[in-house]
Amino acid sequence: MNSFRSYFENPRNIPRVFWVLFGLAVLLTILRPVLPAGLVRIPEALLAPWRDWIDVAFNFIRGDMESGRFGLIYITRALTGVLEFVLNAVANVLYGKRRWPNIEQIPWSVLGIGITVMAYYLGGWRLALLSAITFLWTALVGQWKLAMETMNVILVAAPMGFIIGGLLGIWSWKSKRVEETIKPLLLVMQVLPFFSYLLPAVIFFKVGPTAATVATIAYSLPPMILMTTIGLKKVSPEVVEAGKMAGCTRWQMLRYVYLPSARTEILVGLNQVIMLCLAMVVLTAAIGMPGLGAKLLAMMGSFKLGRSFEIGVTIVLLAVTLDRMSKAWVTKQPEHFEKGTPWWKRHFYFLLAVGAMLVTYALAQLFGSMKPVELTLWPISEFNLPQYMAGVVDEVHRNESLSQSKPIDKAMRSFLSWDGVTAVTTSIRYFVNVYILVPTEKALLYIPTSAFILGVTAICYRLGGYIPGLLAFIFFCIVAQFGYWDRAMLTLHSVFTATAIAFIIGSPMAIIAARKEKWANRMIVVCDTLQTFPSYVYLLPAVMLFGISPVTVIISILIYTMVPVIRYTIEGLRGVPPELTEAADMSGATRWQKLFKVQLPLAMPTIAVGLNQALVFAFFMVIIAEFIGTRDLGQEMRKTLAGTHLGWNFVLGFSVVFMALTFDTAINAWAEKRRKLLGLS
Amino acid sequence: MKKLTTALTAGVLATAGSFAFAADSSDPIVIPIHNWSSQIVMSHAVGQIFESMGNNVEYVTTDSQAVYESVRLGDVTLELEVWEGAFGASFRAALEKGGLHDAGDHNAVTREDWWYPMWTKDACPGLPSWEALNDCAALFATPETGDKGMYLDGPVDWLKHGQERVAALGMNFQVVNAGSAAALWAHIASAEADKKPIVVFNWTPNFAEAVWPGEFVEFPKWEDGCDKDPAVGPNPEALYDCGNPAEGYLKKAAWDGMKDKWPAAYDTLTKISFTNPQIAEMAKFVDTDEMEPEEAASRWLEENEDVWKAWVSM
Repeated sequence: MNSFRSYFENPRNIPRVFWVLFGLAVLLTILRPVLPAGLVRIPEALLAPWRDWIDVAFNFIRGDMESGRFGLIYITRALTGVLEFVLNAVANVLYGKRRWPNIEQIPWSVLGIGITVMAYYLGGWRLALLSAITFLWTALVGQWKLAMETMNVILVAAPMGFIIGGLLGIWSWKSKRVEETIKPLLLVMQVLPFFSYLLPAVIFFKVGPTAATVATIAYSLPPMILMTTIGLKKVSPEVVEAGKMAGCTRWQMLRYVYLPSARTEILVGLNQVIMLCLAMVVLTAAIGMPGLGAKLLAMMGSFKLGRSFEIGVTIVLLAVTLDRMSKAWVTKQPEHFEKGTPWWKRHFYFLLAVGAMLVTYALAQLFGSMKPVELTLWPISEFNLPQYMAGVVDEVHRNESLSQSKPIDKAMRSFLSWDGVTAVTTSIRYFVNVYILVPTEKALLYIPTSAFILGVTAICYRLGGYIPGLLAFIFFCIVAQFGYWDRAMLTLHSVFTATAIAFIIGSPMAIIAARKEKWANRMIVVCDTLQTFPSYVYLLPAVMLFGISPVTVIISILIYTMVPVIRYTIEGLRGVPPELTEAADMSGATRWQKLFKVQLPLAMPTIAVGLNQALVFAFFMVIIAEFIGTRDLGQEMRKTLAGTHLGWNFVLGFSVVFMALTFDTAINAWAEKRRKLLGLS
Repeated sequence: MKKLTTALTAGVLATAGSFAFAADSSDPIVIPIHNWSSQIVMSHAVGQIFESMGNNVEYVTTDSQAVYESVRLGDVTLELEVWEGAFGASFRAALEKGGLHDAGDHNAVTREDWWYPMWTKDACPGLPSWEALNDCAALFATPETGDKGMYLDGPVDWLKHGQERVAALGMNFQVVNAGSAAALWAHIASAEADKKPIVVFNWTPNFAEAVWPGEFVEFPKWEDGCDKDPAVGPNPEALYDCGNPAEGYLKKAAWDGMKDKWPAAYDTLTKISFTNPQIAEMAKFVDTDEMEPEEAASRWLEENEDVWKAWVSM
């Protein structure tokens, strides 16, 4: 057995084995017309009844509350009770839900000003301005309550994600075994299609904010765990020595040495948690997330472009504000005061915030009952901003809001149906479909299952080595055995096309942007914004432009796959050691030579990680794109929701997971190998 | 709004006199909300009726298929719009597993079938007959469907059998499934600009009727057994060779425990029955008049006291 493995691991044999396997795959494809049917697709009769097995297993684990058979549901439902209490208490503070502690609704202006002062403390007037704009916008377009319902879940989910993720991160830093178990689990959680979370979340955690909170936490955990582990590993040995010399106990080492040193990475993790929580706002509406996401879906259901767009803007503003504030917190080092500094000086900003909130609260009480006025800014004689603000300081009523949904609606519609635009989009749709998507799709479906499995195995083996190759073989055999091969191929087709196009368009953009620090930063800001803008908002315009066609699906995935490609390419190019670029300059390399011979090869491992991220995102998005209309695994998964077929649903979900795991393992192994080879690790 | 509720409470208490039921539990009745206007407004209207009876009510947004599992578990107390076509399968599956039951039909009837906006008729004057539609199939072609016409069907989880019908009637159409109602609307809206002929899945009662006037395609009339017995319908060898029932049910469903926990509210629920015009009116308040669903519900209750009072009093 060992010699078997060592044969495949020997670098000299790799090309030979690769060509044999790959050649076999090609041969099988060519011979398809004469192949026995069993090699082309696995016959129905040979498929195991996975669905039923999974159903039985699930019901066993789940337990039954009615008959009193103990199972997981007893534990999760008990947790749900606690979670519900916490959520309700926060809801009471945020928007006056009638639950303990029964505070009356706090006016939007009071919360807004408190947080704006905090923003000023963290990041100066720029951040304060951003926060003020966010709160004014949210309240004045009449979305305050919705936003608070959303924030209710995020304010509970983000800290819990932070704590749980942090603890798991510490644990997997302490123990190699834990780390090795957690890593693949995290990936499974990330790529398991959203439709697979839906039913279990509802069954175990009760439809409503509780299920939404749990799903949000699950989704936001991975980066937190990862960043914590990375941060702790990077703590320099000198610091550790110093701690040991001072006679720290193990707990003290962690609390006073490791965690403070890893502060930056841990807080980057927190920042990621917050961003991912906001990314889930719309999706979780299906399992009871109240607020902005649910409203967005309702608005789209009745085709209100303008209001959907406004809600999208609110979500982005909230995301950007929270992002900037958490980043400011990362960079802000702890303040130290001289001994004897008076109490009020140490807590100046805290007192300022409380003061400002009290004043605003008094104003709100004073003007709360004022008659609403319509805002007029011009002519000067009719300028009534102060009166208007006085009228809305307590609560923005529907007829006072400044929502411009109707004009936006009109503008968007006329743009989308403008002849010039439709002419361009129709020809793009035609070209991409007829010359790219249809032929590649047909080719992919033509390849016999056996040939495809061999081909993937060969490629993964070539990239990553023995283990990735073996995993590719096993995983794709499982996918074939699950029995949805054609649909799996269609999913794979969308994923690959979207990633390839993202790479073709994204990397030149990133290479250009990486030449100047300023451009690179701007590019990253654009990426962030695109990513937090809820995907559903793109849906309607995309369908209007490109119709319900595979092109629209690819485009909606593309928006998300571009981001990691661009970001990691920029990161990779920036990370090239300056000594090496200088050496290239000295030896008289032209700009192109420098790029292709020095920078890109060195940046390649990082770019590969970006590509891998793009693939993972694509696997996630391709299922979401079902909302446009697809024919792949996502569509089949939708069917399982009608009638609650859990086993069927999981079979489909795990088909996606196994495919994603295959490529993830191979690409990561390749990047790791290259990094070692280049001495970069 | 609060004032209105108090007024309603007072009114109900005055007219209803004595309650014959044991008092309802003070736990909130949980009403699910989905993503289309009529259901949202109706849920709020019923919620406000329950509140006027002294009950506590909470709303929760959910997926319209997964909700039946939640009703079964008692996490959600009821469901106000069970469409025969779209949610019948989920409803029946949950019914079999137990935990929820049929709480009666609305007066409203639903129709879910192939539909086209009026401008399509200019290009294909023989409509609404399905044979005429089939003759015009080339008009509906897209880059993906080649020379076949494209029919945009509803999301697959609505289980619409468009594919089977095309095959059974030998139609020259290719069925494409939209992923969501929103995608359907976007498709209609993009065809609207240059009056491109399209044929899509649509249903009534629905806000779209007011925005885009149109008609249903007339298929061979639905007969009982068309989905089970090949002999029924024009094609003796195929299922689904006729149109959908023009008068499908719109049901209410309730959690089994509701009857004991909130007897008065349950009694009202079984009596509740909205008609097509009433549902259309509620949807219009939100879709056309841009009201918030809560306001729209209060407004509707205010204007139709005689309708809903009958459901509350004995």
